[in-house]
Amino acid sequence: MPGSTTTRPNPKRPRRPWNAFATPLIGKAVRRAARLAHFGGSAFPGRVAETIDPGFLARTLAQLPLGVVLVSGTNGKTTTTRMVATMLEGLGLRVFTNPTGSNFTRGVVSALLDKVSLGGRLDADIAVLELDEAYAVHFVRQVRPRHCLLLNVMRDQLDRFGEIDNTARLLGHVAEATTGTVVLNREDPRIAALAGLAAQARSIRYFGLDEGLRSFFPSDDDMTTTVSSTGLSDGQGGDASTAADDGPAAERGESPADMPPADVTLMAVGDHEATFRMDGADLTTSVRLEGVYNLYNAAAALAVVRAVLDDLAARRASGAFAAAGSDARAAAAAPSIGTVDNRRLMRVLSTVTPAFGRGEAIDVNGSTVELLLVKNPMGFRLSLASFRPEGHDTMICINDEYADGRDMSWLWDVDFTSLRGTGVALVSGVRAWDMALRLEYDQVPVGEVDTALDDAVERFVAMNPGTPKHIYCTYTAMLAVRARLGRITEVADAGVGR
Amino acid sequence: MNEHMQTPAPAGRDGETRPIDVVSLYPRDMNIYGDSGNVLTVTRRLALYGYEPHVHEINQGDPWPGRVDMILGGGGQDTGQKKIIDDLFRRADDLRAFAADGVPMLMICGLYQLFGDYFETIDGTRLDGIGIIGAHTIGRDVRMIGNLVEHSAQFGDVIGYENHSGQTFLDDGVEPLGHVDHDGTGNNGEDHTEGARVNNVIGTYMHGSLLPKNPAISDFLIRAAAERRHGAFEPRQGDAQRDELARIDGVAARARKVAASRPR
Repeated sequence: MPGSTTTRPNPKRPRRPWNAFATPLIGKAVRRAARLAHFGGSAFPGRVAETIDPGFLARTLAQLPLGVVLVSGTNGKTTTTRMVATMLEGLGLRVFTNPTGSNFTRGVVSALLDKVSLGGRLDADIAVLELDEAYAVHFVRQVRPRHCLLLNVMRDQLDRFGEIDNTARLLGHVAEATTGTVVLNREDPRIAALAGLAAQARSIRYFGLDEGLRSFFPSDDDMTTTVSSTGLSDGQGGDASTAADDGPAAERGESPADMPPADVTLMAVGDHEATFRMDGADLTTSVRLEGVYNLYNAAAALAVVRAVLDDLAARRASGAFAAAGSDARAAAAAPSIGTVDNRRLMRVLSTVTPAFGRGEAIDVNGSTVELLLVKNPMGFRLSLASFRPEGHDTMICINDEYADGRDMSWLWDVDFTSLRGTGVALVSGVRAWDMALRLEYDQVPVGEVDTALDDAVERFVAMNPGTPKHIYCTYTAMLAVRARLGRITEVADAGVGR
Repeated sequence: MNEHMQTPAPAGRDGETRPIDVVSLYPRDMNIYGDSGNVLTVTRRLALYGYEPHVHEINQGDPWPGRVDMILGGGGQDTGQKKIIDDLFRRADDLRAFAADGVPMLMICGLYQLFGDYFETIDGTRLDGIGIIGAHTIGRDVRMIGNLVEHSAQFGDVIGYENHSGQTFLDDGVEPLGHVDHDGTGNNGEDHTEGARVNNVIGTYMHGSLLPKNPAISDFLIRAAAERRHGAFEPRQGDAQRDELARIDGVAARARKVAASRPR
């Protein structure tokens, strides 16, 4: 740029402000003070660090020899991020990841402050970060991910994100910024279409479903099937319930021939068991994950882990780590993980456990209580389809705080008729009466409605000792339920605070 | 498909059935605000009043059913509106005739706007509506979003949730559905009106879904449909149906109270 006096910070090597050396110290001190003061919020130290040293995030993550894997999409971010991180760790890499629930930039900065040394050094090979769709855009303006994994776009918090197509556009920015591999859900048309935007990426890969499984995983365009299961459709204009039985792919008239080949395909699901096709061979493994949709998330995780491994092998072959000799630390950190074949991948996958609220099971009074986070209509539908209600007591807790979404419309996009046989023992949360009304119209018997969540949860877990229980909760309701159960029994720290 | 008829209505005097044909308009592309809840509410209540509801899902290109007694339409994304607009214009004469003939209709958000005279986008482009409601909408940057209570002489308080950036202005003499208390809410954030009412056609930004928590509006639509089709609105219920409806309305009353108390 001749004649220009503008200096631009190189995005790869962000400029260090004079006080940058102190950022880890100040950040850690704020974090400690915030904890001591029971300030609680995990984002506060991040806010301080962002203010005094805006380059901290990019500078710190730039140290990672294998870069950043960014995971985003509407449903399954947390579980999938946990799978990717656990698998990479199981293969011998040192992984930095953001704790559950802090899926915004400032949450990542806060988590980094906790992990960096006072000298600002991050002791990890790779970062696996979950970011919500809006923050992912904010993040890629500062840090270009090496790989990204884009899961799906479903209606969720329309009050925050606007329209679904807008959410897809947000994820398009992530695909654009990615330098290594962009991993896309082949079965979600809005996600698959992002391939056209990944101009800078070295490769685009897909994870997919065998044809026979597609009906289990509807896309947002299949949302209207709710009407069919409740209305008296006479077939005029298409009986949508038949369409649902035929599966969304059939409805869309797609054949596998129209689709690109998938790097990893989920071929079959069983009870805590899944079969994946990779490199033309089918491999079956046991899993500790709950719910069929988590097995598809596992296919997504496998695809991005394979991309990381290929990247590592390619860079090692090209001498990238030795060439980084100018940075002796990075050269020394060139990870050594031995040979990884698909069988080894299956073995590490079999060790992954569910994340917070994604089928997490807690033992209370001799009953197994499964906590199921519900955030949007498709997630709720998939949960209902995955966890059969028979033989269980069911409770539903619906709050409407900002983190839950204030608009209750989404409950009407969920089909609750699968609960007619067993009924719902207790409905709670701030919007318990909205939920009860929804169940009334689906003719699901309701035992009791009580907006006082703490008391309701305690009564629920005390009923029918020995009978396993499902508690469906929105985000803030989940936090409250866990806190209450934590006073009765041992509840693992899910990294989300109380 | 018929499992939701667990509590079948008692047959009429001579075993006669009293069908009501309900059109769900564009459920595939205009459905984002839980609009299927409106169809479900009308269907269930019709059955509990002793009518036989038939729901017809009408998407682009589908023919009208033989009878149309009520039309329910929902909100859509910009892309959804683009997908249905040509079909809507092809149906415009029929829709105008239905409206003039007293067919009750409920049009939420996107279809409310398209039922007006025109929509002016943020860059000044004018898109025609089908002109059933004397109103026009101007695209703006500011989104009006949040819980909302409006007051209507006929329906009492209407409880819902709005989420729109278009600002709608009613022509002189066009009756709003209700009035809101605060600036920055309702049709346009300025004149404290919300929605519109022309003959038996209701247009509104309120969802949540609208009808479950506002049984007075549901029953207005049902009554109008029954009067037009069968000459009068005459519930024929056994005790079971009457009790069930009372229970549903009791739950709705509690849900309304909570919703009205929540922050915007």
